Amino acid sequence: MAAQAITGHVDWKSDAMQARRRARYAADRRLQIYGMVAIFFALGFLAILVGTLSFTGYRAFVQTTATVEIDLSQADIDRGDLMGANWRNIVRDALRQQVGDIPRSDQRDYFNIFTSSAPFLVRDKVIADPDLLDGTARFSIPLSDPLDQLAKGQINPDLPENQRRVNDRQIEYFNQLQAKGLIAQPFNWGLFFNADSRFPELAGLAGAISGSFWALLVCFVISFPVGIAAAIYLEEFAPKNRLTDIIEININNLAAVPSVVFGLLGLAVFLGWFGLPRSAPLVGGMCLALMTLPTLIIVTRASLKSVPSSIREAALGIGASKHEAILHHILPLSMPTIMTGTIIGLAQALGETAPLLLVGMNAFITSPPAGIFEASTALPTQIYIWADSPERGFVARTSAAILVLLAFLVVMNAIAIFLRQRFERRW
Amino acid sequence: MAGYLIGFLVLAAGLAALTSMQRARRSRDAAADKAHSRPIYHGLNAAIWTGVPAFVFLIVWLMGQNSIINSLVLASFPGADALSGAEKSLLISEIRQVAAGNIFKEPTPEILAAVDHLKSLQSIAVWMMVAVVAAAASIGAFFGYRVIESRFRARHSVERSVTWFMMFSSLVAILTTGGIVASLLYEALQFFARVPVTEFLFGLRWEPQIALRPDQVAGLGAFGMVPVLFGTFAISALAMAVSVPVGILSAVYLTEYAGERFRAVVKPLLEILAGIPTVVYGFFAVLTVAPIVRSLGLSLGLEAAPNSALAAGGVMGVMLIPFISSLSDDAFAAVPRAMRDGSYALGATKGETIRKVLLPAALPGIVGGVLLALSRAVGETMIVVMAAGLIARMTVNPFEAVTTVTVQIVTLLIGDSEFDNPKTLAAFALGLVLFLITLGLNLIALRTVRKYREKY
Repeated sequence: MAAQAITGHVDWKSDAMQARRRARYAADRRLQIYGMVAIFFALGFLAILVGTLSFTGYRAFVQTTATVEIDLSQADIDRGDLMGANWRNIVRDALRQQVGDIPRSDQRDYFNIFTSSAPFLVRDKVIADPDLLDGTARFSIPLSDPLDQLAKGQINPDLPENQRRVNDRQIEYFNQLQAKGLIAQPFNWGLFFNADSRFPELAGLAGAISGSFWALLVCFVISFPVGIAAAIYLEEFAPKNRLTDIIEININNLAAVPSVVFGLLGLAVFLGWFGLPRSAPLVGGMCLALMTLPTLIIVTRASLKSVPSSIREAALGIGASKHEAILHHILPLSMPTIMTGTIIGLAQALGETAPLLLVGMNAFITSPPAGIFEASTALPTQIYIWADSPERGFVARTSAAILVLLAFLVVMNAIAIFLRQRFERRW
Repeated sequence: MAGYLIGFLVLAAGLAALTSMQRARRSRDAAADKAHSRPIYHGLNAAIWTGVPAFVFLIVWLMGQNSIINSLVLASFPGADALSGAEKSLLISEIRQVAAGNIFKEPTPEILAAVDHLKSLQSIAVWMMVAVVAAAASIGAFFGYRVIESRFRARHSVERSVTWFMMFSSLVAILTTGGIVASLLYEALQFFARVPVTEFLFGLRWEPQIALRPDQVAGLGAFGMVPVLFGTFAISALAMAVSVPVGILSAVYLTEYAGERFRAVVKPLLEILAGIPTVVYGFFAVLTVAPIVRSLGLSLGLEAAPNSALAAGGVMGVMLIPFISSLSDDAFAAVPRAMRDGSYALGATKGETIRKVLLPAALPGIVGGVLLALSRAVGETMIVVMAAGLIARMTVNPFEAVTTVTVQIVTLLIGDSEFDNPKTLAAFALGLVLFLITLGLNLIALRTVRKYREKY
């Protein structure tokens, strides 16, 4: 709309003027519509993101298993040496009994229906409970990934045989097992209690969850006291001089340094110069602590600033020292806000991936770490590893792992919001 | 062992605190004049004396121990002086592997001797560490206990220690930046000793291989970062093309048009987009967005790669929407009420007020926000690692694959821990470039925002 010089009398009722007004209102409405479109684009993306992940992920929360009875009293097992028994043959014999006669040529296909770790699963169960040796015991054995996919309807059995990963004989045996009622789909506890595995049907998040726990613990133990102390110093004690100015600018900049750079720092300094163990939650946690520190300092300073000065003056007035006024009065009053900020900072650290990749927390490790010095993965790096794995079953596992990670984040943020609403004081 | 030692230190400090408090109470009751500090401060003072110096000793010991033992083992290894740095570290890791019981082939007698040496050194080191830490703790406890008398200013002493701790903590931020700059510079300089700086800065080919044998054809890698930088800014530009309009428009709608309740629901929902970990976006980009983008590109008759720049950039753009939206929101809120009211008083519609008054007034703040978002896009790692390409190419077709600085850093360093070849060192040179670019963007952005704030 070009600016018009209005001179003299204007007839606002004229067609030209009315058209002009309509055009101006239409422009206003258009802007409003653009805004709504923008918001719905963003929210729609969020909905699609969560929707797809839930849709692909929910299948991984159940696992197809076959219930197999094994008569261990008949088996040739030396009770003194349970580890040494030929579990492979014991399990295979039991599996063979589930269906009628199998031609030798079919045996390989048939055994591939079940997870290849079935003998170890049975062995571990028997070692945990040797009484099973006295009779017939029921074991629930996970099916291997292709059959699991078939049972969940992810593989179309009507396709030509060479276009799917299960062959006709396997489908036939699977149907036999199903007809005998041996196939079930219980909740997949293994997803939470198994460590990582090359086989999707056995892979779980136990290692990743405990690795993330240890790394976050290290992150918290370092960044919480150091962050609060630094914030108190800068807010209450520091003289206003060049050095503190530099520290301030520095903290603001550090908050915006890309996370991968912190990984490079950890790799060069913690691993290279200090020689700390690779892949350990200790090193990952230290990187995360350095990343969380600026956020924590900024939050703590803001909350210290929000405490009214009358409280400090009252404390000083009755004879408290400056330290006492801060530690006994101001800090406790700002603690809820600091805790909220800390939890949000830890939630960010939990989702951080790049620095952990660089310090090696993407190793393939089949047992959960027992402490901060042992090699392990973390939840986000586990997601990265699984997303890179070619097996079909890992797609669902990855989505499920993401849902678990998001659940942790939601819980942490909910706690933070609860703390804020319950305890935060407005002055 | 270190864990037990830390536990021991905590116990010792607690014990020192308790006994010191007892003694402080006694001396307070016995003294004719008033005591200066309450017993708790005497206790804290003793605990600090007991625990802190010993703890510092422990940390320093743990950090230095490995490299000292390594050099001692190497010094006694026959013929180790003639080896290069890389061969030395290889030898040490072999010795350590054998010592840890991971034997792949029969070790030579020299290695076995070195392993024995290593093990004896390690056990000596552990016992020396225990002795040193215990000695430091007991000397500290002794002094902390001895100084107690009613006129001793324990509170001042404790507060001094606390102040020192706080000063040290605020220096951690500086130390971190210093550590980043030092480590990046150190490794990057080693890289530039092998690859000339000019080739790195202006070279048009990025093929970071290294020769396994000296006579290999592909032996000569190329380390020109221009195509990598090009890809980084191409993907960032795509991300900004999505996030800037959507972010600003949604901020406009939320601040100017939306009702209170709509805003209260939608704003937190938008913030969720910022809270989702980037690895999730990366997986989503690979799983869902990339195939759609690819078929779109193919249907347009363009060459379309499965890991297109558009998929990575678009998803990254969505991630940045709440960032830009909330910074623009702040910028709009900072425009004085009077300017808005003046515009309405002249008969302008809401849309005209927004476009002709609010946007120009808030522009510096918005530009600052956009620059901060750009710096995030440049440094964003997981989305591009998972969804962008590996091969450095300069193409303007957004459906083709390009690579970025962060992708190269991660792929060059995953699984490698020896910093002795141009390949891994190149990652640090790229890291330095990345650090400088983001630092520059952040400084400009912060300055723009600050300058603008002074205006009103």
